[in-house]
Amino acid sequence: MHEWALAEAIISSASKIATQEGLKEVIEVKIKVGELQQVEIDILEFALSELKKDIFKNAIFTIETVKAELKCRICGHQWVFSKDKLDVDSAEAIHFVPETAHAYIKCPRCGSPDFEILRGRGVWLESIRGVK
Amino acid sequence: MADPRIGIIDKRLEKVKRVIAVSSGKGGVGKSLIASTLALTLSQKNRSVGLFDVDFTSPSTHIILGIQNVKPKEEKGLIPADAHGIKYVSIINYSGEEALPLRGADVSNALIELFAITRWETLDFLIMDMPPGISDATLDMIRFVKKIEFLVVSTPSQLAFETVKKLLKLLLELKVPLVGVVENMKMKESNFVKTHVEALDVPFLGEIPFDPKVEEAFGNANALVNTVFAKRLTDIALKVFP
Ligand SMILES: Nc1ncnc2c1ncn2[C@@H]1O[C@H](COP(=O)(O)OP(=O)(O)OP(=O)(O)O)[C@@H](O)[C@H]1O
Ligand SMILES: [Mg+2]
Ligand SMILES: [Zn+2]
Repeated sequence: MHEWALAEAIISSASKIATQEGLKEVIEVKIKVGELQQVEIDILEFALSELKKDIFKNAIFTIETVKAELKCRICGHQWVFSKDKLDVDSAEAIHFVPETAHAYIKCPRCGSPDFEILRGRGVWLESIRGVK
Repeated sequence: MADPRIGIIDKRLEKVKRVIAVSSGKGGVGKSLIASTLALTLSQKNRSVGLFDVDFTSPSTHIILGIQNVKPKEEKGLIPADAHGIKYVSIINYSGEEALPLRGADVSNALIELFAITRWETLDFLIMDMPPGISDATLDMIRFVKKIEFLVVSTPSQLAFETVKKLLKLLLELKVPLVGVVENMKMKESNFVKTHVEALDVPFLGEIPFDPKVEEAFGNANALVNTVFAKRLTDIALKVFP
């Protein structure tokens, strides 16, 4: 359940930003989660709700998932990641360290492992809204 | 807006007293062998030790120490595995036998990810086996791991030392703490490396002879600690980390 570790990271970095911006109370935190990492949104939401306190007590965490788009550096082919084609172990490895995708995923057109993750890699803090 | 992983790295390392990056400007000088054996000997001297293999494209500490089938536990993050009394994390648990072709930016991302999710417990030392050179991994470690200290490995070769010198100068410029330089695979007497290291005002920690038997001990931790290589390294380690 490493979603918990990610939730801690989100709250820790959101509170740094809130302090910088002088927020007394945070109303909303927008988070983007890339599909490559196959984060369990339910668990992430649960962890966030368990961890939120102080200025985050009443905050709403909105999570948006983003499709993972990959682009081959050899032939230029662009495609969308789908976990259905992966076995359990590879999917788990990519879940922990998305870059291990380069060991398990090949370009569907030319077979190259040298591809770029254009978007949808991991967890990203999109915005924070609150009162000063 | 922000990558949430970066801010949590300090917290993940807060119970670690010293983070020692075993590094070199040059490849093939014995970083992995030194990092692995150092972790092993310090742990046998009753220090609590972690070993983090951060050479993501060619991890090798698991081969040197014969670590197989151990995996970090998943519990609100990753809890390092236990191997020979060492807390151990390597990308090998996730890349397995496959080749892992990573570009610089990918290496950075993978490093940040693992640092952000791994929960190191109370440790006297976290030893990191670094990839060669002044690459993204080295620069990232300096940027994100506030308590990093470098233990730099050179060989007697002028060519090796030439690139090592560049790494030393960079570390000095960035004011990164330097434990010092170990001269490895010594075959005959010479003061070349020692003199030049000391001229930079960097501690010269000692030399380790070329030990033709060390390779036979790979995969066997008990045999490894009894090699001439390990004995010389232990002498140095006990002097440097009393
Ligand atoms: N003192 C020594 N005596 C004999 N052989 C040694 C000694 N030190 C290292 N070696 C051997 O040299 C080779 C390179 O060592 P090692 O893999 O530890 O270097 P490295 O600096 O980690 O390399 P890389 O830059 O590829 O990560 C290995 O085969 C190792 O067994
Ligand atoms: Mg190595
Ligand atoms: Zn292709």
